[in-house]
Amino acid sequence: MQEQTSKALSNFEGKPNEVIPMLQAVQDETGYLPEEAIRDIADLIGIPESKVYGTATFYSQFYFSPRGKHSIKVCLGTACHVRGGMQVMDALERELGIKAGETTADFKFNLERVNCVGSCALAPVVMVGDNVFGRLVPKQAKEVLEKSDPEV
Amino acid sequence: MYKVTINGLDVEVEQGATVFEAAEKAGIYIPTLCYHPDLPTFGGCRVCMVEADGKIVTACRAPVTDGMVVKTDTEEVRKVRLTNVELILASHHKDCQSCSRNNTCKLQEVSAFVGINQDRMRQIRRSVEPVKPDDSNPFFHRDFTRCILCGICIRTCQEINGVAAIDFAFRGFHTKVSVLGDKPLKDSQCESCGECLVRCPTGALYLAEPAVAEREVESVCTYCGVGCGIKLGVRGDRVIKVEGNRDNQVNRGDLCVKGRFGFGFINHPDRLTKPLIKKDGIFVKTSWDEALDFIVDKMSDIKARHGADSLGGISSARCTNEENYLFQKLFRAMGTNNVDHCARL
Amino acid sequence: MIQKFDTIEKEALEALEKEQNNDIPQIYVGCATCGNATGAQSVVQTIKNKLKKEDFKAEIKEVGCIGMCFAEVLVDVIKPGQPRVSYHGVTPEIAEEIVESYVINDDHRPDLALGYFGEGGPEDVERIDAGDVFKNQQRVILKNCGVIDPENINEYIARGGYRGLAEALEMKQEDIIGVLKDSGLRGRGGAGFPAGRKWESCLKPQADQKYVICNADEGDPGAFMDRSVLEGDPHSVIEGMIIAGYTIGSSKGYFYVRAEYPLAIKRLRRAIAQAKEKNLLGENILGTGFNFELEIFQGAGAFVCGESTALVMSIEGNRGWPKPLPRPRTTEEGLWGKPTLLNNVKTFSVVPQILSKGAEWFRGIGTEGSPGTAVFALTGKINRSGLIEVPMGIELDKIIHEIGGGILDDRKFKAVQTGGPSGGCLPEDKLHLSVDFDTLLEAGSMMGSGGMVVIDETTCMVDVARYFLDFTFEESCGQCVPCRQGTQQMLEVLNDICEGRGREGDIEHLLELGDAIIKGSICGLGQTAPNPVLSTIQYFQDEYEAHIKDHTCPALVCKNLIVYHIDEEKCTACGRCRKACPVEAISGEKKVPHKIDQELCTKCGICFQECPERFSAVERLTGKENLAAAARGRLTDV
Ligand SMILES: Cc1cc2nc3c(=O)[nH]c(=O)nc-3n(C[C@H](O)[C@H](O)[C@H](O)COP(=O)(O)O)c2cc1C
Ligand code: SF4
Ligand code: SF4
Ligand code: SF4
Ligand code: SF4
Ligand code: SF4
Ligand code: SF4
Ligand code: FES
Ligand code: FES
Ligand code: FES
Repeated sequence: MQEQTSKALSNFEGKPNEVIPMLQAVQDETGYLPEEAIRDIADLIGIPESKVYGTATFYSQFYFSPRGKHSIKVCLGTACHVRGGMQVMDALERELGIKAGETTADFKFNLERVNCVGSCALAPVVMVGDNVFGRLVPKQAKEVLEKSDPEV
Repeated sequence: MYKVTINGLDVEVEQGATVFEAAEKAGIYIPTLCYHPDLPTFGGCRVCMVEADGKIVTACRAPVTDGMVVKTDTEEVRKVRLTNVELILASHHKDCQSCSRNNTCKLQEVSAFVGINQDRMRQIRRSVEPVKPDDSNPFFHRDFTRCILCGICIRTCQEINGVAAIDFAFRGFHTKVSVLGDKPLKDSQCESCGECLVRCPTGALYLAEPAVAEREVESVCTYCGVGCGIKLGVRGDRVIKVEGNRDNQVNRGDLCVKGRFGFGFINHPDRLTKPLIKKDGIFVKTSWDEALDFIVDKMSDIKARHGADSLGGISSARCTNEENYLFQKLFRAMGTNNVDHCARL
Repeated sequence: MIQKFDTIEKEALEALEKEQNNDIPQIYVGCATCGNATGAQSVVQTIKNKLKKEDFKAEIKEVGCIGMCFAEVLVDVIKPGQPRVSYHGVTPEIAEEIVESYVINDDHRPDLALGYFGEGGPEDVERIDAGDVFKNQQRVILKNCGVIDPENINEYIARGGYRGLAEALEMKQEDIIGVLKDSGLRGRGGAGFPAGRKWESCLKPQADQKYVICNADEGDPGAFMDRSVLEGDPHSVIEGMIIAGYTIGSSKGYFYVRAEYPLAIKRLRRAIAQAKEKNLLGENILGTGFNFELEIFQGAGAFVCGESTALVMSIEGNRGWPKPLPRPRTTEEGLWGKPTLLNNVKTFSVVPQILSKGAEWFRGIGTEGSPGTAVFALTGKINRSGLIEVPMGIELDKIIHEIGGGILDDRKFKAVQTGGPSGGCLPEDKLHLSVDFDTLLEAGSMMGSGGMVVIDETTCMVDVARYFLDFTFEESCGQCVPCRQGTQQMLEVLNDICEGRGREGDIEHLLELGDAIIKGSICGLGQTAPNPVLSTIQYFQDEYEAHIKDHTCPALVCKNLIVYHIDEEKCTACGRCRKACPVEAISGEKKVPHKIDQELCTKCGICFQECPERFSAVERLTGKENLAAAARGRLTDV
């Protein structure tokens, strides 16, 4: 973990405007933001660790615990909402036995809601990794999971 | 000087003064929650809104302009203010009886001023998540259900103590005052100076052992050379709390953890309250007169027999700077430069 | 200097000539996010493989969004001497057929084609640019989107690109501002602030450093216009920013891009590198001594960071908290306390054209108060979703019924939402309104940055309001009480109404809250957050009342106010619903009409979808009586 963090931070100069890019770099490397990494960033820039944590928690891009292997992003942008995105979300929650924002116990999936992934014409849309599933109805939830992880 | 008219009253204030300061000078009350005179302004609570030259502004931040006309009590201002306070109360654990701030609470004061009305409150959806208080710090605890997110503690920690152990974390309705990793305070860089506790307008920060004193006694902290002015809260013959003395030029009310919370020794049974002289191998209580006479005799004797440089003095870090100054004077007057200090040992 | 550019332009044209062989067929594949989502990349691959296999030469170009997102994947073929033929809904299999039939042979496959562009196409397919979709549109900002290869700067230059910059560099700074002012250009980020005036107030202050920032945060949850411009025509935005840098005297610009836009970021990176290579960006641009650098800053997911002061806070490494008034203007003290010019993607992208074609030209489009065009992401319950560009002043009705092709499944139009979470909904009788900044605002909605969502009779307006409040509640930065607590309060009330716990007085409560939030909030997010609620109350108060008083959701959307029920008369006991129900709430045997156990039913709606349309036996009921009957387990009695 420490090694990954150092690697992610090696290209920065330690300027205050690098806080968010640094957090992004660490998360790209480790999948989430471990506490030590936040402390490292604070030390590198010379600002309080509480401030870096405050900044990181403000943005929805950042996670503070390890995540599932596949990230299921259910679009609940306006177009997807009016075309039944919530029902798809309900169905996925039921299939996975977790709520939006949570990770399955086997760390296979985590479920999140996102706003407009820019494919409104295909609404309602679910994204798993780079795959986009469009024009979904709730009963396809299982299919989405199966296609995303062969072991499901 | 700028001339400002507030609710029909004329007042003159320095250029750069805020509407709030002008109103204060005119003796007109404007409710505030996130404003604190020791700190830079924040502008988040929005209960200090007034009408200035026809526009709604926050009095704590808006600077006056010459000839400005301020109204603090228009229908519109009242409505916005009232709704704001109602909204704060909607997610506030409002059981004042069990709160350490009861009767000294700023939120109570402001609620009373805007006129909270139970009929209106019935339409409001209340939502107070039960969150366990953070009681990790031995001196003071944090009750998030009473926190109004005014940020005074945060600014205090940054500006007054310079530690910045706490900051806002998360976003929107989920915003809270937090240390790195949303951990208990004891696992953070907090130095427990208690400056935040002192300024918190509500019961969100409260003493681990709440204490109401009978009377106050002014004194000086005995912990270090700074010599901060303190006020001892006394009950019977016991010291039950310490507050900083804002009138003291040395510290203007600020204290560190030792001065504010380290007063337990005062009431400790082991504490020496009388000087002791060893007689026949045993320490025996005695009077100051006897003890000082004893010291003078011994030191004069040593000086007479071995010369002044056979004497030396070691002073204490717990004396004030002034005391340390007098101490070295004393030894030099006795003819020696052998003076040292425990902090160097 | 102009000569220098002339040379660059000539080189670009020559290079294009060389790389582009117009004697062979050109194949365009729409590869914007939405195209890729529908499988454009595998279509590209299939075409490449097929051509290789057949040993046939044709050019393949990956282009941006052409706007007909409803018809993805889109493949266009131009054969030498022929007009552009467009194919829609292309899968890898269809792609092979197209290559086989039309690219290699001469059958244009009317069965697969959507139509053609330009003159002289085959008679058995439609001419698209004369049809409903395009005849009402006017492509100014999007003129290159879907037409050029966004990764090839030469194509941009060949279509007049960077000439605006070259001309600007010969002009005095005040004159550029003069042209912008004359053009009447208003910012496309939502508020419609006059661009010329903003640039001017940034030119005035003396400072050792100034910044230009392009706002590509695009937070409106139903919109993707800015993304499409960045993906389809990145150079136009870059050119606009360089011109801005020159005009206000800045040497450094930032793109503030949503991190959820990886393709846009990739295209921008490439475009920046290409512009540098050609000395159109970087040091000593076109030999004028003017330096300008561009950097990309990826947002980290916070809608409020689209607000100018929050955006600046965020680049500086802080929580994206807007600065409360009174504060200096961003144009005077912005990033790092220096004068900063912030404009939307589309605002920058149209500047080069205004400079090269003139203010008169721009004024000639749109209305007096809102010259130019408007770009919308047209979505929702509409037949042709997509990216459209229309002259300001066009009627809403034309957009919805002509360009959008009317309501999905022939249902009834109910409302159109513009301005996203800051905007409002307009009902049928406002469809004659003209689309421009001022008219929409007056009617209780707003232009916004360009989301336009069409709502039909099966959408509940209270639910729509709740949806937006849920969004602003989640996105409120939390700094000020009216917005942080107020959006939460409004959301709670709306949740109650949608779930059958509405109380008398709630509508007044919402109106009062809305007023206080608008007046008390620090920034535009809070100041506009109540709009979706206020506008739906204004036009659809009866729906609110139905929910509150009768526990009726007229659109049959609010879960707690509906029950699923099987009509015994219509049920043929086919068993499909029974098998599909995820919680086994449906019982029944062969030939026995099925029944739903209301205690078990989670109202997922699957049985409703599952029941074949010719039976339509599963129905949704609403209203106090039905709900009570269902609770007693005696729904059939009603
Ligand atoms: C909450 C909030 C979010 C905003 N989001 C965006 C955005 O995503 N994109 C944008 O261009 N402008 C956004 N704006 C408007 C910007 O503050 C600013 O007015 C605009 O970028 C200026 O550019 P323009 O003059 O070219 O329109 C937002 C404003 C607010 C209050
Ligand atoms: S903080 Fe104030 S208002 Fe809240 S419970 Fe305590 S005394 Fe009452
Ligand atoms: S006790 Fe002192 S150091 Fe600790 S949080 Fe409060 S102000 Fe900061
Ligand atoms: S703990 Fe007290 S001072 Fe700190 S934000 Fe909460 S109410 Fe304000
Ligand atoms: S110990 Fe702390 S409170 Fe006491 S004098 Fe020193 S600094 Fe002041
Ligand atoms: S209005 Fe909302 S988003 Fe804006 S500063 Fe206030 S809390 Fe933050
Ligand atoms: S709505 Fe869903 S849970 Fe209820 S009966 Fe139909 S399929 Fe089953
Ligand atoms: S709203 Fe879901 S893709 Fe746009
Ligand atoms: S006291 Fe002025 S905004 Fe809080
Ligand atoms: S994104 Fe493909 S046509 Fe719009």
